[in-house]
Amino acid sequence: MDIFFFLVFAAIALISAVNVVLQRHPIASALSLIGVMGSIAVLYLLLGAEFIAMAQIIVYAGAVMVLFIFVIMLLNAGAEERRGRSWTSQLLGIPALLAFVALIVYFVQRGFADAGNVKFGNFTGGSAQSVGYALFTAYLLPFEVTSVLILVAIVGAIVLARKEMD
Amino acid sequence: MAFIVITLIKTALIAFILLTVLAYLQWVERKVIAHVQVRMGPSRVGPHGLLQPLADVIKLITKEGVMPPHANRFFYLLAPFLAVFMALISISVIPFGTQITVGRWTTMMQLTDLNVGLLFILAISSMGVYGVALAGWSSNNKYALLGGLRSSAQMISYELPMSLAIASPLLMAGTLSLREIVNSQAGYNFGFLPKWNVFGGPFPQIISFIIFMIASFAETNRVPFDLPEAENELVAGFHVEYSSMTFAGFFMAEYANMVTVCSIATLLFLGGWHPLWPVEYGSNFVASLILFVAGAVCIYHAINPARPFDRYTLPVFGVVFFGLAGVMLVPFLVPVLMPLFWFLAKCGFLLFVFVWIRATLPRFRYDQLMGFAWKGLFPMALLNLLITGFLVALES
Repeated sequence: MDIFFFLVFAAIALISAVNVVLQRHPIASALSLIGVMGSIAVLYLLLGAEFIAMAQIIVYAGAVMVLFIFVIMLLNAGAEERRGRSWTSQLLGIPALLAFVALIVYFVQRGFADAGNVKFGNFTGGSAQSVGYALFTAYLLPFEVTSVLILVAIVGAIVLARKEMD
Repeated sequence: MAFIVITLIKTALIAFILLTVLAYLQWVERKVIAHVQVRMGPSRVGPHGLLQPLADVIKLITKEGVMPPHANRFFYLLAPFLAVFMALISISVIPFGTQITVGRWTTMMQLTDLNVGLLFILAISSMGVYGVALAGWSSNNKYALLGGLRSSAQMISYELPMSLAIASPLLMAGTLSLREIVNSQAGYNFGFLPKWNVFGGPFPQIISFIIFMIASFAETNRVPFDLPEAENELVAGFHVEYSSMTFAGFFMAEYANMVTVCSIATLLFLGGWHPLWPVEYGSNFVASLILFVAGAVCIYHAINPARPFDRYTLPVFGVVFFGLAGVMLVPFLVPVLMPLFWFLAKCGFLLFVFVWIRATLPRFRYDQLMGFAWKGLFPMALLNLLITGFLVALES
């Protein structure tokens, strides 16, 4: 049952990801990206990380992508035009893609050589409690540093968007 | 196997009841607003207009659906579907009673008890904005686009105070499962004051309850925050180009969202299905008493009819009410019906407040709406969360 759902949603994630690039209209691309986020959330759920799954939907599919769509609607961006591809992209596109995939495979193989296969339902540390506990014990410093980083970004956003007072 | 069959039966029952409630909620709304404004409201179709929802549904199904030219066909049709889907699916995690035992099968009065139930509802409600935004954009109409933009900005802004208001009762309950949150509110202080989150705990959550209710008005696009469909500026806002069933979809989504937020408010703040006062003081007889009084009123008006046909219709209602009052007293049904009654009573009261406010308050101006969320509700919710967290930490 688990493997069935995994295959279905992994396929949806991949198809949506390809669709992001293939669609010509920005809204269609953004909606495909929501499809990617949603199916990745289901994959998290299958692995037993229910808090991360819900956070994925709330933060990425809910908040971030709403802003994307909001901006696309505000700019009223139309469908993009397709021109002929340049000779560099025609010549180097597929080889560059293959090289990139090969690099990823190489580093995953090297970095996680001793990791076993993923088993569904074995992982139990995905509840809100265990995530919170980890954040406030093992990862306290990165957590606090991130919050300062976000504060800096908020201040920057306000400075940029502020109207000049005369 | 038994699990699948029971779940299917429950799903069918809940879907049927929810859709009926949605249709009749609209009748209740029209009636209440009419009486607030000293009118009669719907009164032609059936006694007291009771068949009006049915007539509306038939009308909406048989109407011609018109699609505007240059609309983006796929997204135009996807939008109402998304809105209805996201609105209806959140009911699946809402518990509305304890448990039912029939023979050797026991089942919870809830479709599924997720241990992240509340986060699930937040996630689904944050996805609900896509229906509105897409509808506004794909209609190829400037009013619809403005309505869609307003709606997305409003829903993003009000989601913040709403989530913060939800976080404070969570701190007191210490769990994300809706059923366990309700169970944590069982019992009474001093023997009579219920330990609901609005009253009890280390810090009464009245402020966060009010913030949650205000934010949920904005989340469901209801008056006084119905800027996305402000008639006098935007014609009808995001659904101006929709007709027949696609329009009905948005209508249904709005009412389903109302039911959801009222259920959440009941579960988080008003103690779910726990009665207002202890069983020892007779809280189990309230339902029977109300139904009995309703039956008596019907019989009285049947004896002194205001209209000729009241002589025939009202006795029927009176007998039905007396029968229901009797059913509420049957001993083996009481453990099932009483939690259900108290949950529905609280939820129904909150829904009535929604309608009441719609009949009372005018609409906000748009900059006031945004300023209110960011400068008023958000700091207050944050402060409330801080105090609650501090007191909960002191207590443990």
